[in-house]
Amino acid sequence: MKILKNLIIIFLLLTFNNLYANENSERNEITKNLRCLICQGQSVYDSDSDFANSMKILVDKKLDQGLSDKEIYIYFKEKYGDWILYDPGLNKNTYLLWLLPILIFVFGGAIIFKRSIFKK
Amino acid sequence: MKNKLIPYSIILIFLIIFAVFYKSLKDTNIYTPETKINNDIPIFSAEFLLSKENLTSTEIFKMDEFYLLNIWASWCAPCRDEHSILMSLSENNKLKIIGMNYKDNKKNAKSFLDELGNPYEKIIVDKNGTNSIEWGAFGVPETFLIYNSKIIKKYIGPLNQELLMEIQKTIK
Repeated sequence: MKILKNLIIIFLLLTFNNLYANENSERNEITKNLRCLICQGQSVYDSDSDFANSMKILVDKKLDQGLSDKEIYIYFKEKYGDWILYDPGLNKNTYLLWLLPILIFVFGGAIIFKRSIFKK
Repeated sequence: MKNKLIPYSIILIFLIIFAVFYKSLKDTNIYTPETKINNDIPIFSAEFLLSKENLTSTEIFKMDEFYLLNIWASWCAPCRDEHSILMSLSENNKLKIIGMNYKDNKKNAKSFLDELGNPYEKIIVDKNGTNSIEWGAFGVPETFLIYNSKIIKKYIGPLNQELLMEIQKTIK
């Protein structure tokens, strides 16, 4: 009987825990992709600086207004530039960032291909 | 030929790497957002520190007049340094200075103004810091020069004598 009681308590605790953890999931997803400008190297989600806390409130506000995550990213990009996003889009400032890995991959592939042909 | 090419290319690669690293050694790694000029000011409604009215942004920033929006707080030391500059700018009747009190305590803000003087025509209260993010600011102090509902200049950090001259030149 005691075991059953304990099991029920554990079960209840786990369910409530679950409910609580889901509360801010959408906001957390968005703030994880925003860079904190005060404590650089941390995301807004990780940081507890004044700036990051205000950003979290503002993201909540924008979500309440019914903006999608993409619209929120665009909103912050307009204010602070590409730097604020951890996942910047492809444009004239970031094309090197996006294309360099592909170029290196192709270049390396070409070298390996050439060598394997010479060996034959 | 092939034997010579390899050491030369290695030396060249090292020289390029050295040049890149040497150059970035002196660069600052603190990023400041690019100052976007001619952006429209955000639309918001604001509460004020010293009066009980509630105005929207279009009622505060009227057309055909120069405004200076200054984000400040009583706990911010550089704000104290730039306050004398703001005081001398407030004597210019072509320019209206609007303050934005960033994450501050009302009592401290008021005693700050009592001590150093009040250059502001209106002071917007930004209790949780969201309003200044809408402006694209990320710290205090920050100053925006506004004309015809557009941000024409943005100054990050405290104002100094040089910037004072620049502002007075712009609004002439």
